[in-house]
Amino acid sequence: MIAGISIYEILTVTSILFFVGVYGFITRKNLISILISVELILNASAINFVVINKYLYPDMLEGVLFSIFIIAVAAAETALAVSIIINLYRQISSVEVKDVETMKY
Amino acid sequence: MNFSNIILIPLIPLAVFLLLGIFNQKIKPSVSGYIGVFGLLASTILSFHTAYNYFFVNASESGAYQTFVEKTVWMNFTDTLRIDMGVLIDPISVMMLIVVSIVSLMVHIYSRGYMKGDDGYTKFFAFLSLFSFSMYGLVLATNLFQIYIFWELVGVSSYLLIGYYYTKESAVAAAKKAFIVTRFADLGFLIGILIVGYYTGTYDFETLNNPEGSAILNWASTSFMGLSVLTWALILIFIGGAGKSAMFPLHIWLPDAMEGPTPVSALIHAATMVVAGVYLVARLFPMYYFVEDGFALNIVAFVGAFSSLFAAIIAITQTDIKRVLAFSTMSQLGYMMLALGVSGYDGHEGLGYMASMFHLFTHAMFKALLFLGAGSVIHAVHSNYLKDMGGLRKYMPITNITFLIAALAIAGVPPFAGFFSKDEILVAAFEHNKLIYFIGVFVAGLTAFYMFRIYFGIFWGKDTKYEHKPQESPISMTFPLMVLALLSIVGGFIPFSKYVTVDKAGFEAHLNYPLAAVAVGVGLLGIVLAWVFYKKENDLSDKFANFFGPFYKWTSDKFYFDEIYLFVTKKILFKRVAAPIAKFDKKYVDGTMVGIGNTTVLASEKIKGMQSGKVQDYAFAFIAGVVILAIIFIYLWTN
Amino acid sequence: MERIIFYILALIMVVFAIASVTSRKMLRSVIYLLFVLCGIAGVYFMIDYNFLAAIQLTVYAGGIIVLIIFSVILVHHIEMELEIARISRQIITGLACIIGLSVFLTTIYSHEFRVVENSITTTTADIGTKLLSYDAGGFILPFEVISILLLAAMVGAIVIAKGKKLENKTDEL
Repeated sequence: MIAGISIYEILTVTSILFFVGVYGFITRKNLISILISVELILNASAINFVVINKYLYPDMLEGVLFSIFIIAVAAAETALAVSIIINLYRQISSVEVKDVETMKY
Repeated sequence: MNFSNIILIPLIPLAVFLLLGIFNQKIKPSVSGYIGVFGLLASTILSFHTAYNYFFVNASESGAYQTFVEKTVWMNFTDTLRIDMGVLIDPISVMMLIVVSIVSLMVHIYSRGYMKGDDGYTKFFAFLSLFSFSMYGLVLATNLFQIYIFWELVGVSSYLLIGYYYTKESAVAAAKKAFIVTRFADLGFLIGILIVGYYTGTYDFETLNNPEGSAILNWASTSFMGLSVLTWALILIFIGGAGKSAMFPLHIWLPDAMEGPTPVSALIHAATMVVAGVYLVARLFPMYYFVEDGFALNIVAFVGAFSSLFAAIIAITQTDIKRVLAFSTMSQLGYMMLALGVSGYDGHEGLGYMASMFHLFTHAMFKALLFLGAGSVIHAVHSNYLKDMGGLRKYMPITNITFLIAALAIAGVPPFAGFFSKDEILVAAFEHNKLIYFIGVFVAGLTAFYMFRIYFGIFWGKDTKYEHKPQESPISMTFPLMVLALLSIVGGFIPFSKYVTVDKAGFEAHLNYPLAAVAVGVGLLGIVLAWVFYKKENDLSDKFANFFGPFYKWTSDKFYFDEIYLFVTKKILFKRVAAPIAKFDKKYVDGTMVGIGNTTVLASEKIKGMQSGKVQDYAFAFIAGVVILAIIFIYLWTN
Repeated sequence: MERIIFYILALIMVVFAIASVTSRKMLRSVIYLLFVLCGIAGVYFMIDYNFLAAIQLTVYAGGIIVLIIFSVILVHHIEMELEIARISRQIITGLACIIGLSVFLTTIYSHEFRVVENSITTTTADIGTKLLSYDAGGFILPFEVISILLLAAMVGAIVIAKGKKLENKTDEL
């Protein structure tokens, strides 16, 4: 644990990061920007796991390992998302959100 | 009394109707004709058997005929207020059974020849049987509702039969007119029935007609606008009867009903259906006589007398022989109504009642004969109009003689049937109300005149050159003519007063020679006038008609009553009452419904927008939903 | 001392995160994300999870950021001015996020965390043992599964992004 910092402050920081990511996800108009916001969300949750592990269960390692897996999955997901964006760009020459709204009523 | 036999009388025609109706396409026409005739023959035999049993075998000791009733409860409102279905046997119902049976059987036999080769032959016999069933049910009814049910059934059969030639527009219009006018009159009938049921607590005829029963004794208990409610009810019921019996002003349907085939006119519009109104008043006669000292009965008498005169005047000028006969029927029904109206109750006082029923009986015979004879003539000449006929005595001897017998009967020449019955009516009228008596005598003269006008016009008069030589009708058509002619001759000698009276005890009726002489004299005068005008071809009649000028035109146009009715219904009712209501219905009521539909569509369009295809909107909904759920479950759910 | 460093790191993370989601230039948004990720790695260092911090820097800051930059180059958006959403949408979203944040914080602050004071340093050996152990509580199965997942992701990415030119070439061959 970090000397002098209570768990509450760290959790506050991660919550703020999480909601900034949510805000970005809903507000942005570019697909890549949305991807960036998703990264923020994932990272915020990863810190959460780690901090809870360190502060409440220091002799167990589940939180750390879970965060490693989160990072791995995030990497895979980002790679796939980028490939989809590229394919889409080839079809419609645009990465705006408003051009991919065809699956509606 | 063997009720199982009596029940069969209406049920056999009903079975024939169902049989012919369901297997319409599969039965050969000749077979259906035989089925119809034999069904009616069975009913006729049973009717005669019943009459023989009732009047002779079961004649009671006290000298009065008893009423036999057999009924079952159909619908129960309270203990006394019930609708029953049953059979009522008393003198007038047995007499009506005989009348309906004879005329219906003769019409069935006649139709086998008249309707031969027609496409809807089986359908025709089915409808005739339906009508017979309804009429039997009507005369055997035990209570007001049962008679109303069969009343409507008779109306429906009449509609089906008038509109039989359904491809002819005028026939369809006439059928609608008949049904609508009688239905409109039946509204009054129904209201009258409901009032009677409410204030007396029963619909049953036996209970209502009991002179010592509570219905009659308490007639003064409730009043409405100066008259007892029961009087109002009886007037309304009479309106229903007036509709069916073509009394003024509900007579407009009867001339148009002649669009139907002639056997139909003979059966329904001469002998049986139109007398239903007279029968109804006769059935309720004790109520009519005792309630408010016969106030409603006076109305009956005057309406009858006026209708009789009105119709006779119009009949003089008509050129279609069936129309003449239709107006003649209306006139004779007027006689029956006025005879009921001037009748008393006990013994000889009840002469009017007896005379009315007697005239009903004899009129059925000779009027049916007149119609069937006219049908025979129309069948031979293929036209309804006097101007296309003349000198037919050379070609159709049997029709000539039978038509002559019927004409003499209706003119009141002794010893034919009409003389006896009409004489009794005039005697009853003389003893009661002189004005009605003079109207009756005048109408008797007019009757003789117009009847012989058409007789001479058809069989004598000018020698028309026919394209196809008219032939005498086949035996299936002339046999009924002969039977009915025989009945017209001997029917007058039946001592009706012994059998059919108000208080059901017979009395002796004697011939009143002075009044009889007056009646016969007037009739012979009419015949002589017709002889002068019409036997040989001349233009005396035209000069006489021109003498009357515009009055002649009014009369031959039936005093424009049809036009008045059409005006009132089309210009006033349809345009001012029905059309605005229809517009209101379309705009607001329909509009509301359509508006609800439109609102739903608009709402769905809005809701549809929620599935916009934008992932970010979905994510927003997601986040918002999670936050709200978190708030609810963590903080607000105090379980 | 650690407190000051932590506050600086926290400030960096929050400020650059907000800058990342509101920036109008694509590349700047990506670089701000890079700074956020480095800040997170710093926090990991402070909690003595060195291995995790190294992985964070290598995979995230090194791999993913580069990947995103390459995709930005491929879709020709480096110099573009990005649009931002209209004001109503921003306000509503902001409101929702603030409400959500307050729900989170209220819940967190009202909970009693039983903090265990310690200063154990986790070594890489510990993590490696745990990762590959067969005992109960061992992560060998998720380890294998994640490697298959990464394989699938690789294949999938290639298939999706292949494009026509590559197809024609394989056909000719």
